[in-house]
Amino acid sequence: MAKTHVTCTINGEETEFLCDPNQTVLDVLRDDLGLTGSKEGCGSGDCGACSITVDGRLTCSCLMLGPEAEGKSIGTIEGVATGDHLHPVQSQFLKHAALQCGFCTPGLIVATKALLEKHPNPTDEEARYWLAGNLCRCTGYDKILAAVHAAAAEMRGESA
Amino acid sequence: MNDISLKDALKVVGTRPVRPDGVDKVVGRAQFGGDATMPGMIFGATVRSPHAHARIKKINTAKAEALKGVKAVITAADMPEIVSEEAFVGEGPMNFRDLSNNLMARDKVLYDGHVVAAVAASSMSIAKAAAELVEVEYEVLPHVIDEIEAMADGAPVLHDDVFTAGVDPKPTKPSNVAKRVEFAKGDLAAGFAAADKIIERTYKTAPVHQAYIEPHACIAAYNADGQCTVICSSQGQFMVRAYCAKLLGIDISDIRVVPAEIGGGFGGKTLVYLEPLALALSRKAGRPVRMVMDRVDVFRGTGPTSGGTVKVKLGAKKDGTITAADAEIILQAGAYPGSPMGPAAMCCWAMYDIPNARAVGVDVVSNRPKVAAYRAPGAPISTFGTESAVDEMARELGLDPIEMRLKNAAKNGTKALYGPTFQNIGYVETLEAAKAHPNLQAKLGPNQGRGVATGFWFNIGGESSASLAVNEDGTLVLVSGSPDIGGSRASMAMMAAEILGIEVEHIRPIVGDTASVGFTFLTGGSRVTFATGMAVCEATNEVVKQLRGRAAKIWEIDVEAVEWRDGSAYPAGDNAGKFEPLSLADIAAKAARTGGPITAKGAVNAQGAGPGFGTHVVDVEVDPETGHVKVLRYTAVQDVGRAIHPSYVEGQIQGGTVQGIGWALNEEYIYTKDGRLDNASFLDYRVPVASDLPAIDAVLVEVPNPRHPFGAKGVGEVPIVPPMAAVANAICAATGVRMTSLPMSPPKLKAAIDAAGK
Amino acid sequence: MYSPTYAAPTTVDEAVGLLANASGSARVLSGGTDLIIQMRSGRLRPQTIVDIKNIAGTIGIREEADGWHVGAATPGAEIGENAGLCAAWPGVTEAVQLIGSTQVQGRASFAGNLCNASPAGDSVPGLVAAGAKAVIAGKNGKRTIPVEQVPVSPGRTSLAADEFIYEFIIPKSSGKTADAYLRFIPRTEMDIAVVGCGVCVTLDNNGVCTAAKVSLGAVAPTVLVVDAAAKALIGNKLDDATLAKLDAAAQAACNPISDKRGTIEFRTKVAGVLARRTAAIAFSRAAAR
Repeated sequence: MAKTHVTCTINGEETEFLCDPNQTVLDVLRDDLGLTGSKEGCGSGDCGACSITVDGRLTCSCLMLGPEAEGKSIGTIEGVATGDHLHPVQSQFLKHAALQCGFCTPGLIVATKALLEKHPNPTDEEARYWLAGNLCRCTGYDKILAAVHAAAAEMRGESA
Repeated sequence: MNDISLKDALKVVGTRPVRPDGVDKVVGRAQFGGDATMPGMIFGATVRSPHAHARIKKINTAKAEALKGVKAVITAADMPEIVSEEAFVGEGPMNFRDLSNNLMARDKVLYDGHVVAAVAASSMSIAKAAAELVEVEYEVLPHVIDEIEAMADGAPVLHDDVFTAGVDPKPTKPSNVAKRVEFAKGDLAAGFAAADKIIERTYKTAPVHQAYIEPHACIAAYNADGQCTVICSSQGQFMVRAYCAKLLGIDISDIRVVPAEIGGGFGGKTLVYLEPLALALSRKAGRPVRMVMDRVDVFRGTGPTSGGTVKVKLGAKKDGTITAADAEIILQAGAYPGSPMGPAAMCCWAMYDIPNARAVGVDVVSNRPKVAAYRAPGAPISTFGTESAVDEMARELGLDPIEMRLKNAAKNGTKALYGPTFQNIGYVETLEAAKAHPNLQAKLGPNQGRGVATGFWFNIGGESSASLAVNEDGTLVLVSGSPDIGGSRASMAMMAAEILGIEVEHIRPIVGDTASVGFTFLTGGSRVTFATGMAVCEATNEVVKQLRGRAAKIWEIDVEAVEWRDGSAYPAGDNAGKFEPLSLADIAAKAARTGGPITAKGAVNAQGAGPGFGTHVVDVEVDPETGHVKVLRYTAVQDVGRAIHPSYVEGQIQGGTVQGIGWALNEEYIYTKDGRLDNASFLDYRVPVASDLPAIDAVLVEVPNPRHPFGAKGVGEVPIVPPMAAVANAICAATGVRMTSLPMSPPKLKAAIDAAGK
Repeated sequence: MYSPTYAAPTTVDEAVGLLANASGSARVLSGGTDLIIQMRSGRLRPQTIVDIKNIAGTIGIREEADGWHVGAATPGAEIGENAGLCAAWPGVTEAVQLIGSTQVQGRASFAGNLCNASPAGDSVPGLVAAGAKAVIAGKNGKRTIPVEQVPVSPGRTSLAADEFIYEFIIPKSSGKTADAYLRFIPRTEMDIAVVGCGVCVTLDNNGVCTAAKVSLGAVAPTVLVVDAAAKALIGNKLDDATLAKLDAAAQAACNPISDKRGTIEFRTKVAGVLARRTAAIAFSRAAAR
């Protein structure tokens, strides 16, 4: 079967891969590129565990075919921290105990970062609706929202 | 350290450090079940029944085997036939033969999604294609989904060897009713005769799935020498090992199970679905096999917990004193016997001191997936009934729902219906704390209502192992056998740090594989912080003893004259002040010269887990034109004994509560007329999303458990018990309509509101 | 073994050629939020996937003399960022942004939502009520039809095998004209509409409705245009009597099914409720113009 050759940028690095036309970007990231931080919780865009950004826009990597990545700039959870320096969203998730099992966490962090880059000071309602596509079964979302607001404050330069 | 009144003296326990496994989880590096690889790995897929009930006439695997890239195809013929034997490996009752047949159907398929064959191939897409090429010839049989219909005469009988246990005389005909249990005390008839008011209602609940976000996943290697390695996500690596050994006829010593990080379990990962299949495929293919379910498989083939019918009769005096209480709980077991009807019956009246009471549990099989444990198995179902009835009684008698409960509350010395006499319980304290909470002062508007409900869970102890080793630099490695599903590594390290008098960051807590730590019962029953915590404390106390011994040796004084505090050895008694204190690092550096490595293990069969109680208060707003329910505020009060890491204790309460809200409002298994699951996706199996919810105010009440070194009680399960009744009671307060069937979804609530003419 | 071919043409003609000459079934890929799921579940297995997003004009929004031109595959998130279109057509733009999650919004488009041909597509009643048209490209060039003429039954459209939607034209709104869209779902997000309702009204200076279009989703095999509901509004202010007539007309138009998402009775009643609530929003928006 003929594979498609794709060239794109992942977390700032130029990346090439070969994929089947019906492989999703999530499959490519996890199975071919070793980027297993993006998780498959549903494969149908209903859980958000595979959240990535494509040219800066938040999406589910399970809802995008590998060949569609051609020429795109993709951001995954593996690119959120800078070296060993955690992004404020990551450090606030830790500080606020906003994770239990941690499986939905990569998707939530990617989605929260996208939220705060667009809306630096979201209301609780805005944050909850933005994150409605990220299912978390452990926390009841309470501490996640606390972490989101704390990260927003930190990113705005207010003392967290 | 056993003096639990010394809360103020605690330096680590009760604080909120960052969890030791946290960074891996926020950067995407944590390895979950589907993330691990092995050299030469191939990929497995399952073939599942499209029928609810059918006899397997023939399976033809030739076409699948012929597909290029296919390395192995297995059916039940490749698995040993297992004799009927009760298993005590997981949470809740299970029979090894039934579990084997549940993994891979042998003669009959018993539900839509039942596995009939499995394949392994060099890629996932080839494996999936091969699965479609397996030809199964079925003789479709009549099926039954509902538990009441399954009990009726003439219902299709699933098993010809199931005769109702627990009834006298023993039935002569097989049926779908597997078992009946009864707990009773006092004189029910007299109790009802003494009542001024009797309420009698039948409640119905739908099966709900644990809905952990991580689908089941494993990778398994069966080596040519018979040595097996399994890396998987589960609630117990020793459970997986025991099941794989038994179901495949392998010695336990030949299997090593390595726990991956687990992406949620809630009881649903306390048994096996994939691991024995992956091992059997690996044995046949000679290659490691990875198997990962997709979400559809998870809904069709695993969990859920029971749906059921709960019949409640409650009698009370005008002043609110309960004189008699009766409940019959009929639960779906799924395709094989073993619903949580026992704990459902035991828990449903446990909040109350009732002189005359009875609770009956009935276990019924039907053509649904075999139920699995789900957070406080059974208790939420029965308690939806009993706490709805108590609310209705309070309403009828014009009493405040909290006062009604205080009047009848179980206290220290109360003999529970299921046997034990309660000690050190904090039920009344939760009611009082709820009453005092500011949320109860909030004014309610039109179509808004407030509901109260309470709940109970036993919490358990059991077998746990831990080991602690002092490193050369004075830091430590703590290994325990309990998979960490919600932050338990943090609490284990905190307890050890407290005893050692050091900072928690100096201890690296690890979840050991089955070859590196002693046997540990699975993570379930809210047992880890209690039981594994005791093993950790035992190991830590032993390390402290050794550290004192080493200091004594260095100083050449008696060990009794060495005191351990704040992470250092101090000379005490007559020797006080004679030597400079020796820190952990000082002693570690001299370990080789003072007797070698400093290590200790803890191994316990923990008894005396403190029972847990919670009181929940919820405010809702109902849209009477659509039946939509909005949760406005939620207060969840719980006696937690002692919170080791309060953030993760609150997290357990908040998470359990929200699962309960989902159970109350929208979650359910929906079947088509031909017995197929119609909503096997997160799109139509509707778990709560962030925008559905308000803040969940978790309130910790601490009535310490004297059996635990720091007073801890289990906390994870109680919070899912009250929400369904609390929400139903709030809806009743808002609309005047009493909902007796879950979920209270918009079409059902709208129909009830319209029928009541409200 | 299933293995489709993927093509990403850069011109309309190339795309039409690929669709016309495909061996076996072909499918157009816009945002993919339905198509990829259906391929994965095995419900659809197109032999050819034609990704139209590299064709100029399929993504983006332009205001022209004849209306707002919205590229067929423009994602909902981008539509939501277009202040001009959102101000002109709040109902249409809010509706498309109700589809799925924020993540789905990064991909999901009008064309995908319409061509999936589910009666419950959130963006369709809004487009219909607003009088939007679909520009369809095919072998014989482009043709323009009202949006409501695209779906013909659940899962089927009126497009020929060689055709795809290139863009939408939403008329310019002028004077006291405004729209609204509401849907009912069991949760607050992430559900398929149990009922959806789009309303567009034009008022005179006294608040009397002079023109109206009412559209209902998820209550019939395709999205409905409910003329009787529009008639209930035209010539009237939004008083209790008008609302009651509107409610009744909406309910009378319903021909729903009972399924896992709602019963016939529930869908019918809620259609009436939503018609009233949506009309109230449209009226108040129009009055404010």
